[in-house]
Amino acid sequence: MENNEGFMRALKCRECGREYPLTATHVCEFDFGPLEVVYDYDRIKTSLTREALQSRPKSMWRFRELLPVANDPTVGLQVGCTPLVKADRLAKRLGIRELWVKNDTVNYPTLSFKDRVVSVALSRAKELGFTTVACASTGNLANSVAANAASAGLKAYVFIPSDLEQGKIINSLIYGANVIAIKGHYDEVNRLCAEIAGKFGWAFVNVNMRPYYAEGSKSMGYEIIEQLGWKVPKHTVVCMASGSLLTKIQKSYQEFIKLGLVADTEYRIYGAQATGCSPISTAQKAGLDFFKPVKPNTIAKSLAIGTPADGFYALRAMKETSGCAEDVTDDEIREGIRLLAESEGIFAETAGGVTVGVAKKLIASGKISSNDSAVLCVTGNGLKTMDAINGSVGHPREIKPSLREFEALVGNEGKLAGQKDREAVN
Amino acid sequence: MMKKVRIPTPLRKLTNNEEVVEVNAATIGEAITELQSRYPGIKERLVDDQGEVRRFVNVYVNEEDIRFLQNQQTPLKEGDEISIIPAIAGG
Repeated sequence: MENNEGFMRALKCRECGREYPLTATHVCEFDFGPLEVVYDYDRIKTSLTREALQSRPKSMWRFRELLPVANDPTVGLQVGCTPLVKADRLAKRLGIRELWVKNDTVNYPTLSFKDRVVSVALSRAKELGFTTVACASTGNLANSVAANAASAGLKAYVFIPSDLEQGKIINSLIYGANVIAIKGHYDEVNRLCAEIAGKFGWAFVNVNMRPYYAEGSKSMGYEIIEQLGWKVPKHTVVCMASGSLLTKIQKSYQEFIKLGLVADTEYRIYGAQATGCSPISTAQKAGLDFFKPVKPNTIAKSLAIGTPADGFYALRAMKETSGCAEDVTDDEIREGIRLLAESEGIFAETAGGVTVGVAKKLIASGKISSNDSAVLCVTGNGLKTMDAINGSVGHPREIKPSLREFEALVGNEGKLAGQKDREAVN
Repeated sequence: MMKKVRIPTPLRKLTNNEEVVEVNAATIGEAITELQSRYPGIKERLVDDQGEVRRFVNVYVNEEDIRFLQNQQTPLKEGDEISIIPAIAGG
């Protein structure tokens, strides 16, 4: 069927399969099931080939056929294609043969994977004629909506819990967005936004624009496969808040296999949560296919969603791929942040500490074999959550500008190191 | 003993576009039954074949998720406000 919706065909309910037109709507009228974009894969197959990709720009939009916009994107053209870092030193620390870090701490422009979903949501919002965009956010999404709306000339309202890290609040305000802080946790912000979205005619990226928005996460998975030299990684560890990213990573692998872009090899997807907000991980460990909502209490505020909308599908994705979930305490999160920083020079936010901490546990328990290769999805930048580690990274050693004081401070330790270096050079 | 129920957009076709309707019910379960008697078809949208609230439907009484209260047995009192909200993506 010909339409003017690019490679999209319709929106479809994930529960009952009823189809809907490609408008700003996210819920099935019959069972409240989430709507998802359906594509014309036959047409995509002839257009999206490895050869075609060779001449495309280094951004997530190189996979444009699988991203839900009708025409060429207009927002976030530079987003994505972040480094996939071969993390040899971290691999050694965690005790695994090979390890890769998909480093979205340096995504453009707001240093988190949320730029991926927002560039899709805002490009689609503009196509549908919206001039005001909004979101409910634990921080990173608010930053990204604010920045991308500014560059696209859209008006933005972002809703956040009032207790967020300073860095995340300032990173929304600077772009001139209307920042509304709600006295409550994210699930309460979410509930309010659902009600606001029903009343105001805005493009709420994670409410009425959700079917388009969520698809942007797939680009992370496509990039991993391409950067690994057209291989699906055997193990992928992904942090979970609502669980959406994990389900979209699975979908990206499935789509590339279906399109014949990559061989159909076995892969497992693992979900990482903070113990202080672990409804999905708790359910997975108990062998349940549904979760019980919780009230979050963790330093990983970007993952602090007690009622995860995609929790059910995340549980299913882990089950289907024979993966599993694990969670880590606040101390383990801080340790994970340090491990990644000290061994790879990557400063991740708390969610990254969750992913590293969980990977460490999964490798130690043998759930991920130490002879294998794994990819860790690190989704946000540590400069935004410095409050969480302030006080646990030590302090600079302070001296007067005097050689004597320096020698007294560093003494033999420094001289010995220098001597070794000179010997090595000679 | 009136309680307010805020009707979400996807269900307003059934309530003649009413955004807020009032019920007399003493519990959430009764409120759903009462809504059904006035707006036939609304119950099956909210609960599954086993009578459980559907997994993508969140119900709140005065801003608290009923799963933290007594689910469908959650008692209602004069002036309570009930919200019915679809699950939302992360952020």
